[in-house]
Amino acid sequence: MPDPVLSIRDLVVEFKTEDGIVHAVDGVSYDLFPGETLGIVGESGSGKSVSTLALLGLIPQPPGRIVSGTADFKGRDLLKLKKKELRRVRGNEVAMVFQDPMTSLNPVLTVGNQLGESIRTHFPDEKKEVVKERVIDLLKLVGVPNAETRYAQYPHEFSGGMRQRAMIAMSITNSPALLIADEPTTALDVTIQAQVLEVLRRVQAETHAATILITHDLGIVAEMCDRVLVMYAGHIVESGDVETIFRAPRHPYTIGLMDSLPKVTEDEEWLRPITGSPPSLIDLPPGCPFHPRCFLARERCRQENPPLAPVEGSAHQSACHFSDELIGHKSKFSQEAVA
Amino acid sequence: MRFFRHRLALLGLFGLVVIFGAGIFANYIAPGGFSAINLADSQLLAHPSSAHLFGTDEIGRNEFNRVIWGIRTSMEVGVFVAAVSSLIGLFVGAVAGYYGGWIDNLLMRLTDLVLTLPALAILLTASALLGQGSQWRISGILVAFFWTGIARVVRGVYLSLREKEYVEAAKASGAGDMRLMFRHILPNTLGPIIVNGTLAVGTAILVEAALSFLNLGIKPPTPSLGGLINAAQAYPQQWWLTIFPGVTIVLIVLCVNFVGDGLRDALDPTQRRVRA
Amino acid sequence: MLTYIARRVLYSIPVLLLSSFLSFLFVSYAGNPIALLRQNPRVSHQTLINLTHQMHLDKPVIVRYFYWLHDVFADKLGNSLITLQPIWPQITRTMSHTAQVIIISEGLAIMLGIAVGIYSAIRQYSIFDYMFTSISFFGFALPTFWLALLLQIAFTDIFLHWNVRIFYTSGLNSNPGGSAWSIDRLQHIALPVMTLLIISFALYSRYMRASMLDVINSDYVRTARAKGVPEWKVIMRHVFRNALIPITTVTALNIGGLLGGAIVTETVFSLDGIGFWFVQALNAKDLYEVMAYLVVTSVIIVLFNLIADVTYGFLDPRIRYD
Repeated sequence: MPDPVLSIRDLVVEFKTEDGIVHAVDGVSYDLFPGETLGIVGESGSGKSVSTLALLGLIPQPPGRIVSGTADFKGRDLLKLKKKELRRVRGNEVAMVFQDPMTSLNPVLTVGNQLGESIRTHFPDEKKEVVKERVIDLLKLVGVPNAETRYAQYPHEFSGGMRQRAMIAMSITNSPALLIADEPTTALDVTIQAQVLEVLRRVQAETHAATILITHDLGIVAEMCDRVLVMYAGHIVESGDVETIFRAPRHPYTIGLMDSLPKVTEDEEWLRPITGSPPSLIDLPPGCPFHPRCFLARERCRQENPPLAPVEGSAHQSACHFSDELIGHKSKFSQEAVA
Repeated sequence: MRFFRHRLALLGLFGLVVIFGAGIFANYIAPGGFSAINLADSQLLAHPSSAHLFGTDEIGRNEFNRVIWGIRTSMEVGVFVAAVSSLIGLFVGAVAGYYGGWIDNLLMRLTDLVLTLPALAILLTASALLGQGSQWRISGILVAFFWTGIARVVRGVYLSLREKEYVEAAKASGAGDMRLMFRHILPNTLGPIIVNGTLAVGTAILVEAALSFLNLGIKPPTPSLGGLINAAQAYPQQWWLTIFPGVTIVLIVLCVNFVGDGLRDALDPTQRRVRA
Repeated sequence: MLTYIARRVLYSIPVLLLSSFLSFLFVSYAGNPIALLRQNPRVSHQTLINLTHQMHLDKPVIVRYFYWLHDVFADKLGNSLITLQPIWPQITRTMSHTAQVIIISEGLAIMLGIAVGIYSAIRQYSIFDYMFTSISFFGFALPTFWLALLLQIAFTDIFLHWNVRIFYTSGLNSNPGGSAWSIDRLQHIALPVMTLLIISFALYSRYMRASMLDVINSDYVRTARAKGVPEWKVIMRHVFRNALIPITTVTALNIGGLLGGAIVTETVFSLDGIGFWFVQALNAKDLYEVMAYLVVTSVIIVLFNLIADVTYGFLDPRIRYD
């Protein structure tokens, strides 16, 4: 196996609020390998966005605070970099695509100007014409029609899908080694979602960037990702390659996520939501954070938080005391997704 | 910041209780009344002392008593203006926002018109030509200009709630217009109304003080804080005559604003970031 | 854009006519211009009748409005009903003084307010921020006239106690007809300028801070940071420009408040501006002068509303006027 591009160990992020300390990310570790696409799934508030924003120093501090952890990227620890060094990494070696294309572009600057800014920031000596040419090429690459005209337009003149294409173009201007897409399609119409995912796949093929795709949509994970991390309440509860996890999930929460998806191929159309609601991140339940909602829960789960441990070879890991009981559990999703 | 604000709001409330309490119980706190004259030489323009906390004016009147009774007048103006203009604004805003159409149009044109007028000048004109004298006439004139702002706010709330599901649901179950307007939507406007009404108390007091200061507002013998400052202009060396009534106005308005901001945070989360 | 401006101007004409009519109605019902003369025993009954006729006071109010309107356009706002002097030269003279004070104080207030607002927002909850937050809270609660009076008393005392003349506390120039741009004039208008400056500064710094904070936490600023743009450039290029948009409206709409502030400030400092002139007209019950002030200031307010809209459209590409 090649060396990972990014290697995160024991990342802990907290937010200080008036009601108490929010444990947004609580001891997260994972690796990302060159060229692969890693999906991070979870409900909102599971810490999936924060864990990546923290890498680039993009969580507001205060109230946020990176308590501990390392994030090894190309031999450097991103979390220990000075502000100036981190700034050189951002938008250059590591780039991000955000969730809401409607609000993620500056309304008073032209799209071309904002894309060009990415280049000019990291290559201030680049000639104006060269920057413009490159931006127009990028717009063409992500499938923005009439790129020359669009270059001079403002974000409000773009549709949602077109804006997200522009955002993606912006993220790859400097051919990053790592691309983080934070719910890139959540705010878009279903038909547009497919197109944007297609664009994402195209730029990935072009740049060979390792990609982290944050989403709550298991369908997108199945379609786009090689490996997946499932997060719950600031913890990784299951990780493994997509095929394995979809075929044989070994954490009750993952199963819950899959079962809560509506499925139309079967006769009985049932939707089984996970009971209860996500726990308060200020006052986590003792033991396994998922136990109040878990169908397997018993006394041990209330006392002991299960570590993330290999279940079948080293590739598949689950944080559940009773993951063995889930062997053979067929997810309603499994046949359809992998077939 | 919210905690800080919260404490400020409590402080403001405490301050208001003290100051307005002094106004309400003026008879006990300043039992001599505000107009007792003492022409003994030593009593004219006397410095603040234990006998006269805020000193005396040019005809030996106790400035402390005058300020306390002035508070009472300011308080009457502020509370009256805020309450009456809130009521009018609530009613007109509700009708305009609920029915829309020409009533709404008329209201909006009217508030537009008020916005193009030089407010203080119009108030001064009104006051100079028909209102000066008692605090109640001045209050009436202020109400005539204050209600439009509140009507605009209420109208906005009604406009946004008119189409809301729960209102539709109530309508579908046969609730009449009056019931919808006042039972279902009204409670939602109370937050903004209370906030705006509270802040209006402060604004009304400031405007009344300015009118009285220009000698076009409340006229003696009725004591008013603005009027006291106007009278003090003739005695710039006697700083106490200017300082005490002025500080009193500042404290009242400051407390009102603290309470208003606190209420806004508590009752009207949508507006939290609008006002600085 | 031009058609938009033209349409706005056309729309404001009926608004101004209506507001002037309402004011006229109100002013003419409220006071009789020859009431004072009537009390004077030396003015004969015949003179009163002649004057009444001359001033069209025997006509219904609507007719008088049109006479007045005719005077406004044909005779530059007409003549005073009491001194019979033409009004327009008085307006231009006093307005130039008021404008000087307002332009200087507003220029400074906007610059200082924006600078302090930006810094408070960047260093939110710092001592600097708390200090200026407190100052602006006081600013909101300060009666303008009282502030003016305090400054006047302070500088009068400095002069009387130490015989040091820093600023004058009344008038425009030491000698009548002195130059409008001289040290002497600046010493005279410094205190009125300071008064309006403090009040406006409280408002602008507060709005700028709130506006900056709104923008600083926005998604597109995060995008800019994610691109690796240096922080000062994020603030100047992305935050400042967007935060400025609402401020232009606030400053333009504040003109009404400033004119009100000018009334009390000029009165305190006996400054020959339009506000002081208006108060004198009011006290003399000179209805045509009062009407002239109301009309002129209404036009100014309408004009600034228009300027606010146009600048808004200029700064925010999302707004298109057509």
